[in-house]
Amino acid sequence: MKHILLIIIVSFFVFSCGHKSEHPESEEKTQQEEIEIIGAGATFPYPLYSKMFSSYHGLTEVKINYQAIGSGGGIRQMLSKTVDFGATDAFMNAEELAKADNSIVHIPTCLGAVVISYNLPGKPNLKLSPEIIADIFLGKITKWTNKKIRGLNPDVDFPNQRIIVVHRSDGSGTSFIFSDYLSKVSSEWKQSVGRGKSLNWPVGLGGKGNQGVAGQIQQLPGSIGYFELIYASSNDMPVASILNKSGNFISPGIESVSFAANVVLPADTRVSVTDTDAPEGYPLSSFTWLILYKDLKTNVKSRRKAEELVNMIWWMIHRGQKYAEPLHYAPLPNEAVMISERILRSLKYDGKVILSK
Amino acid sequence: MINKLAMNSFSGDQSFKFILLSSAAFILMLVAGIVITLYYYSSLSLSTFGLEFITGSTWDPVSGEYGILPFLIGTLLTSIIALVISFPLSLIITIFIGEYFTTGMPNTLMRGAVELLAGIPSIIYGFWGLFVLVPIVREFQILFDIAPYGVGIFTSAIVLAIMIIPYSASIGYEVIGLVPKELKEAAYSLGATRYEVIKNVTLSYSGSGITAGVLLSFGRALGETMAVTMVIGNSNLLPGSIFGPGNTMASLIANEFTEAANELYLSALFETGLILFIVTAVINILGKIIIKKFVSGTK
Repeated sequence: MKHILLIIIVSFFVFSCGHKSEHPESEEKTQQEEIEIIGAGATFPYPLYSKMFSSYHGLTEVKINYQAIGSGGGIRQMLSKTVDFGATDAFMNAEELAKADNSIVHIPTCLGAVVISYNLPGKPNLKLSPEIIADIFLGKITKWTNKKIRGLNPDVDFPNQRIIVVHRSDGSGTSFIFSDYLSKVSSEWKQSVGRGKSLNWPVGLGGKGNQGVAGQIQQLPGSIGYFELIYASSNDMPVASILNKSGNFISPGIESVSFAANVVLPADTRVSVTDTDAPEGYPLSSFTWLILYKDLKTNVKSRRKAEELVNMIWWMIHRGQKYAEPLHYAPLPNEAVMISERILRSLKYDGKVILSK
Repeated sequence: MINKLAMNSFSGDQSFKFILLSSAAFILMLVAGIVITLYYYSSLSLSTFGLEFITGSTWDPVSGEYGILPFLIGTLLTSIIALVISFPLSLIITIFIGEYFTTGMPNTLMRGAVELLAGIPSIIYGFWGLFVLVPIVREFQILFDIAPYGVGIFTSAIVLAIMIIPYSASIGYEVIGLVPKELKEAAYSLGATRYEVIKNVTLSYSGSGITAGVLLSFGRALGETMAVTMVIGNSNLLPGSIFGPGNTMASLIANEFTEAANELYLSALFETGLILFIVTAVINILGKIIIKKFVSGTK
């Protein structure tokens, strides 16, 4: 009994003391760390961003606190103005943009690719057409010995196994890129499944995260799934070459992904480059973006902080690009950099232009 | 002097009572707060779908159609199968520790092991399930010519069963320890065997306590997220068989919450949380009623 009483009293003291001391601390923090920039969003470019931000911190002392909570979370936090910038793998659609109090701009930072990988004996490099991919993920092709698959890969000795589809169970930009591609190449997919970060999958198992899907595929003989490019090399898994619009089988790699963006880009950079028109481009490629309010006063506390933020992004799309390739992201093509420069120059704080350059 | 003492104890009593009251009120407010928050955020989904939210079997964030029947079934199936598997095991452990080896090395070892099981983070159970259990289950599935996914409702039920054993077992042997010695000795003196004493005296005396432990473990199984997500297969369709992939409500929320940017979608996920909360509450209340009946029945 005595013990219980003691515990209750002590815990109350700790609780109330903790409460009191929290306040002055948090006030100090906001004063001290005025140029701590806070961002949140996409997990897909997170390895690259954390590398870029730590290098940038080394150069300029500007601290960037980026939380990889997912693109959807990034957009939500931008709309509620709790972060200085957001990041997303799927550009905001008109409906989402309409919800914002002020206009929002997108700035691409790099390109990523989604690869199709599988578990087959001998790890062959398969050739797949959009039609076959759609049919497999719709559950219409169920065996590896299917005529269409063998027709494109006459040299591969396929086992008589059923195909087990593995997809992402968590909402993700990777799923968006994949379903965006399939919606473009297959009208049946577009009607019955559609594009989105979370989907109503007609067949298959869900794995959590890229690593979850890759792990599932490695364990399951006869399985097929999709994940980000870097996970294929880090897990030593085979990837498929995919037939693109121009009729070439393209294997995923930094070059072919960069090529995919060699198309005419719109002025707001909100473009999907999946199923690209570029003849050498890998069709499952996509930009990933940072999102900012056009007038940064909407969510950024001071003009100084806004300047630091814009300078940081300027650095990311120029010098920062050198960090992309080692981490298996494709750097931005020149045209994308030029358009992004134009957007950054148009940014304002309280109606006044931020970049004087 | 006497007066002072009396004053002191009076004010001590008062403040102790105040602390007790405010702690109790705080807990109540916390629970009420959770219910209100869940209800508030799910109101959009509640008004849009009504009952169809529970009876619908399509979960399609793209077209904005949300029905949680597959997840409701998945949650109940995994938890019930887990309970069926874990109950005999935890009962045996209970009797082993509570009756046969109440002291000494075997007792220390078993107690330690059970307590350790309770302390292992769920992600480790998930890893173990994925890399050890799943290949074994797959071998069996190949043997019986079932689609060899390895992951699925049955696999996650096994993982859950192991996870919840400590909850029912530890309460079980605490309760068994409370059985009065006199009762057991009386039974022995009447010529009962050890088995008869355990069956007729120990278990029937501590029945309600053991049931309470089982219910606690069931509640734990309903809400388990991480370990389940890793081995259940995360298929958002109605489960075809218990060996096939499925999904649970907790796992669905954990999977889809981060990317739910649209209002209705988010609201549907909150309603899923609300229903999980209600299911857990209903099972707790049912359990209390069962225990009450059980206790009054033995009297």
